Amino acid sequence: MKPAPFDYAAPTSVQDALGLLAGNDGAKILAGGQSLIPLLNLRLAAPDLLIDLRRIPGLDGITRAGNELTIGATVRQRRAERDPAVREAAPLLTAALAEVGHPQIRSRGTIGGSIAHADPAAELPAVLVALDGRVIARGPGGERAIAAADFYRGFLTTALADDEILLAIVLPVAPPRTGAACVEVAQRAGDYAACGAVAQVTLDDAGGVSDARVALIGATDRPFRAYAVEEAIVGGESIAAAAGHAADGVEPIDDPRVPIAYRSHLAGVVTRRALEQARSRAT
Amino acid sequence: MSTHTIRLTVNGHEHVAEVPARLTLADFLRERLDLTATHLGCEHGVCGACTILLDGETARSCITLAAQADGSEIVTLEGIAGDGEDLHPVQQAFWDRHGMQCGFCTPGIILSTIELLDEHPQPTREQIDEALGGHLCRCTGYVKIVEAVQEAAQAMSDVRVVGRSPTPTRTRP
Repeated sequence: MKPAPFDYAAPTSVQDALGLLAGNDGAKILAGGQSLIPLLNLRLAAPDLLIDLRRIPGLDGITRAGNELTIGATVRQRRAERDPAVREAAPLLTAALAEVGHPQIRSRGTIGGSIAHADPAAELPAVLVALDGRVIARGPGGERAIAAADFYRGFLTTALADDEILLAIVLPVAPPRTGAACVEVAQRAGDYAACGAVAQVTLDDAGGVSDARVALIGATDRPFRAYAVEEAIVGGESIAAAAGHAADGVEPIDDPRVPIAYRSHLAGVVTRRALEQARSRAT
Repeated sequence: MSTHTIRLTVNGHEHVAEVPARLTLADFLRERLDLTATHLGCEHGVCGACTILLDGETARSCITLAAQADGSEIVTLEGIAGDGEDLHPVQQAFWDRHGMQCGFCTPGIILSTIELLDEHPQPTREQIDEALGGHLCRCTGYVKIVEAVQEAAQAMSDVRVVGRSPTPTRTRP
């Protein structure tokens, strides 16, 4: 057996899950397991207890109410990817899901798991940040909402407290005349990207850009919201010119395969491509 | 370390087993049920050799715990050929087109091909690449694999057109 020994529990209520989590520093929440179990197999993580959310009713819903789309913690990525209601309400999420791992991973991986795992090279955290979504979490003290801008704190680190569980994410519904795209450059298709970008463009009645949202994937230790690019586009600059601001304020991750200069260059390239695709889809 | 009673259906047979928490589904299939067509390569979800059908969708059995599969329905390579068939049409196409060399990656690729053709009976080259992108083959360069998938699509649609049950249209030489 590959992983170090651990206990496993599949509670049937959030209350029971919180009870198991409370005061147990060695406990980890298990959703789809597509990031966590590789870490266990490689023995990079050795938790004492896995708390599987799969039996908790009510966490696997996709609901649209008013101008918001709420996606439960255990909704699997492939299901959301294929859901026409998600495509209509959050085309950026649909576009990004197609880039998550491979179909064989997305069948098990969950939206909530990817959001909470906070891998800097993951796509879904960038979507949450680009759209100014929020995370719904519950702890012993009750439920709270955490804005995307406050949620990511660094490499694999979020604002979730040790005794809190992510229950759902909430995304604003895309306005009419909105297009979205996710573009990555990776060594092999499906690998973690050396750098990627998610972009969403909304047009006004005259065909001008009324809103633009861009976030970089894998550029730094957390999703990076490229406000400078957004402001440039809405201010009337061309996509090519605006994309030139992509790396403004980024402190890129340095690694031997992707040196800083290359990653900074890629930031501009993927931003331009993502914006061009998003613009062409906004009709 | 906790142990858990799991009930699951594998290739149409029900099983009840006591498993330790850390036992992966791949190890359960291989070591408890002797279903060794499910191969283990990287054991962290990258290579695709351990791919199975879990509740009708392809999944990596090396990064799924046996305990997580409680209550699910699983199909492995051993379970795809129908009664009285030597080979499933996809297996036959891989045989005919020589869509393998060492064969280590083949079981996972065949299961992903079955899922692909179920969803897209006449897949585009792009759809084939997307379905097989999560399978590492270090022998073939994929050319023969893609040809085999295209041949399987053709063979299975021919079967549908003449209205027969999906049995292989050719026999082993």
